Amino acid sequence: MSKTLFEKIWDSHIVVKKENGPSLLYIDRHLVHEVTSPQAFEGLRMNKRKVRRPDLTIATMDHNVPTTDRSLPIIDQTSSIQIKTLEKNCQDFGINLFDIDSPYQGIVHVIAPQLGITLPGTTIVCGDSHTSTQGAFGALAFGIGTSEVEHVFVTQALWLEKLKPFEIRVEGKRKNPFAVTAKDIILSIIKKIGTAGGTGTVIEYTGEGITDLSMEQRMTICNMSVEAGARAGLIAPDEKTFDYLRGRKYTPENFDELVSVWKKDLHTDPSAKFEKSFTLKIDDIAPQVSWGTNPGMTSDVTDTVPDPKEFAKGDLAQQKSAEKALLYMDLKAGIPITEIQIDRVFIGSCTNARLEDLIDASRVVKGKKVSEKVSAMVVPGSQMVKKQAEKIGLDKIFKDANFEWRESGCSMCLGMNPDILSTGERCASTSNRNFEGRQGVGGRTHLVSPVMAAAAAIAGRFVDVREMDLN
Amino acid sequence: MKSFTKVKSIVTPFDQVNVDTDQIVPKQFLKLIQKSGFGKYLFYNWRYDSNKQPISDFVLNDSKYHNSKIFVTRDNFGCGSSREHAVWALQDFGFSVIIAPSFSDIFYSNCFKNGLLPIQLDSKIVDSIMNSNSEIEVDLESQTITTEFQTISFEIDPHKKKVLLEGLDDISLTLEYENKITDFEKKSNVPSVL
Repeated sequence: MSKTLFEKIWDSHIVVKKENGPSLLYIDRHLVHEVTSPQAFEGLRMNKRKVRRPDLTIATMDHNVPTTDRSLPIIDQTSSIQIKTLEKNCQDFGINLFDIDSPYQGIVHVIAPQLGITLPGTTIVCGDSHTSTQGAFGALAFGIGTSEVEHVFVTQALWLEKLKPFEIRVEGKRKNPFAVTAKDIILSIIKKIGTAGGTGTVIEYTGEGITDLSMEQRMTICNMSVEAGARAGLIAPDEKTFDYLRGRKYTPENFDELVSVWKKDLHTDPSAKFEKSFTLKIDDIAPQVSWGTNPGMTSDVTDTVPDPKEFAKGDLAQQKSAEKALLYMDLKAGIPITEIQIDRVFIGSCTNARLEDLIDASRVVKGKKVSEKVSAMVVPGSQMVKKQAEKIGLDKIFKDANFEWRESGCSMCLGMNPDILSTGERCASTSNRNFEGRQGVGGRTHLVSPVMAAAAAIAGRFVDVREMDLN
Repeated sequence: MKSFTKVKSIVTPFDQVNVDTDQIVPKQFLKLIQKSGFGKYLFYNWRYDSNKQPISDFVLNDSKYHNSKIFVTRDNFGCGSSREHAVWALQDFGFSVIIAPSFSDIFYSNCFKNGLLPIQLDSKIVDSIMNSNSEIEVDLESQTITTEFQTISFEIDPHKKKVLLEGLDDISLTLEYENKITDFEKKSNVPSVL
């Protein structure tokens, strides 16, 4: 029987299948961070249970960690407690932890692929919705709640209702692939299908527009699948996938053997049926800038802030939501996106803080200065990204332009550490969520690509990076 | 887990689409390491002004709804972050039932792990429930909602229903299949990461 890639991975992980009910799926990799795990560990203690497979479990601390000098103590007591709690829990339950001083510390979805923990055809979970990032390697990777974290600790398996396979075909070639990025592709998709467009599905991204992308760019696409409502995103592995993973810290010894199996198995059969499909043509798409309070509220940089009525196309609830968003964002319908002035720039997060993101952004800022009224920061996704970037002098380029160059972590993507927006501040951010208050109470977030964020930092407002002079 | 059978109360109408979990529990309250006490942080940034004073026209601050156990809202409720804190907060505040035309996947699944019943209904029916001023009764056993004017049926997966009705511990249930997990592991060739 012909199957989609998703169905193949799903079927090969079924431990128990209930008639007309959920299946118990085996979990190959469990990633853990400090925010969604303490209550799960507490549950283990209360019930005198152990972690079944510590050898399939990896932990790091990313949400709370300060991005400033790490030799100093953590000032926020509650953050400090949460971090120490993870240390103790990992020690007590025998889990491999990349702590704040580890050279492998970083955002969990950035380090797992970098360490070769993420492998094609596997099931990967983490108490974090952006686990979907790792679907870029052809893994079924998705976020779970804390109760499920506890369940995976004890059983290394999860009960799940079968999700629906959804194909998103990305066709065509971008005219300017430096300025129109993977971020613009995924924002364009979410703009079209909406933030609930993928609910109940696993999206498989196919087509030339996807295979043309590097692994890091593919991660940006899969990362934001959850912003379209999907539980996971998937991209069939190819030579780029295998080349990326070869020779990393935890890449298995029999890697080449595995590659030959993956090449044979891990693709959607030509006659397999998806339950849903959508096609995006990318030849003419523009850099994207979000103007509202969810990622579907996004416009081309060449466009204006839309009228809520036109945006909602007759849906009253959506219209109300767009009106509320404009009020929160302090924007008026009809103003050009390029007239929106910004106060802050954040280049970071599991969406866009990998080496290529930083290289591209550095090309935009090289030899220029951040606008005097803007404060801008770069937060590499991991210590490994930071070291690699420093090796090729990116830190110097950013610092010379008056960007702050920070230590790795989630940072201002959700502001659980001291990196937050003040009320009323407006930020060009390479992160994934422009929800109210996400980057700080009363803060206003505009989602953009790293090159668009870099360009905005220089200009003090949004500009079309395609028009910038990049010596 | 506490078992769920019936709930009778007035409804709290929450007339907004795409309510994300960052709104349900803002990130500044995710640093706690226990499950209890999140009710006071529910919709914190919408409930309180910058001086920590209740915002009078926000629905949860309306004394009329203070004993409500049923929360009625719009499409795509609970989207965004996987934080189970959102469920803990709704429950700790006093809600036992959430009714909406659609839910985000992770939020929906988190509800069942804590004995909170999410009910998905057609948006027109949600409209009528949202506008009901008198008490309604939600009965899980018979899968019905009884309002002043009508009785409405709702769908729920039988496995999830049983877990809620009996207040079962998911992990204990799964451990009944431990042999099968062990068998699966013997066949699996996924390399470890240590």
